[in-house]
Amino acid sequence: MHRAGAVVADVLSKLQTIAAPGVTTADLDEEAMRMTLAAGAEALFKGVLSPQAKIPFPGVVCASVNEQVVHGVPSREAVLRAGDILSIDFGVRLDGYCGDAAVTIPIGEISAERRRLMEVTREVLDIAIARMKPGARWSQIAGVMQRHAESAGFSVVRDFVGHGIGTKMHEDPKVPNFVSDELLAEDIVLTEGMILAVEPMINAGTGGVRTLANGWTVVTRDGKSSAHFEHTIAVVRGGNEVLTRS
Amino acid sequence: MVMTKKDSIRLQAKVIEALPNAMFRVELENGHKVLAHVSGKMRMNFIRILPGDLVTVEMSPYDLNRGRIVLRH
Repeated sequence: MHRAGAVVADVLSKLQTIAAPGVTTADLDEEAMRMTLAAGAEALFKGVLSPQAKIPFPGVVCASVNEQVVHGVPSREAVLRAGDILSIDFGVRLDGYCGDAAVTIPIGEISAERRRLMEVTREVLDIAIARMKPGARWSQIAGVMQRHAESAGFSVVRDFVGHGIGTKMHEDPKVPNFVSDELLAEDIVLTEGMILAVEPMINAGTGGVRTLANGWTVVTRDGKSSAHFEHTIAVVRGGNEVLTRS
Repeated sequence: MVMTKKDSIRLQAKVIEALPNAMFRVELENGHKVLAHVSGKMRMNFIRILPGDLVTVEMSPYDLNRGRIVLRH
């Protein structure tokens, strides 16, 4: 899992250096594929099925621009422009184990509002990293994450959640970034050895989202920006270890 | 890559073939053909399903080849 996480971290930091005005999300996708193969790993997202979509996920990365929340399909037409915020989500499987992470990055100069959204979303993920340790209850952590986002005037996406990760990308439990009756009824008590992909998605406006006709790309209902950060985090004795940090 | 929160997803589909054991082959709007059985509630109310009917199918994200018919239109 360490090595898979390291590949993910490498690819994401490389993509951040490439992403610039004029670059298309397909360019980023190709670079990610090239690096994945060079590392001897397998791209996790390519070929993922969804009952809503006609086609399996075609990309190696999810590249979601501005109002796109997650699952943006890389495309030749999606040219990055200055002022955009781009979230890149990427995962690999290496020697049977998975790593999964995402970052949101600015393209050129961005508005203060977008910058604040990105910062708050990163802080929400940092809150989780600061608090995850054996014995902690996820509902407590999720509560702090949710309050932090909402006190900044933003909202948490509720239709999508993080997940356990291991030999498969999506494993139990589901890891929400908010507190619900469901979570309180069936709380996750963190234990040593648990590995979770924690991925807060924070919207500038409403938390409501809808899926575009391609069955993949999820956008905010009101067209305002959204940011997304993710790390694969292992719960270890006395705290946690972030596996996808470079 | 995030997971959907909801455990089941409702989709529109068209029945293309009736199979034994109250199973049906249905075609989703996106062209996928899945094997679907009739929900217990619909059986209790003797709602008959025939090829050509438009139905609502509930699917789990874990097995994309099977579904449950929950509504006939």
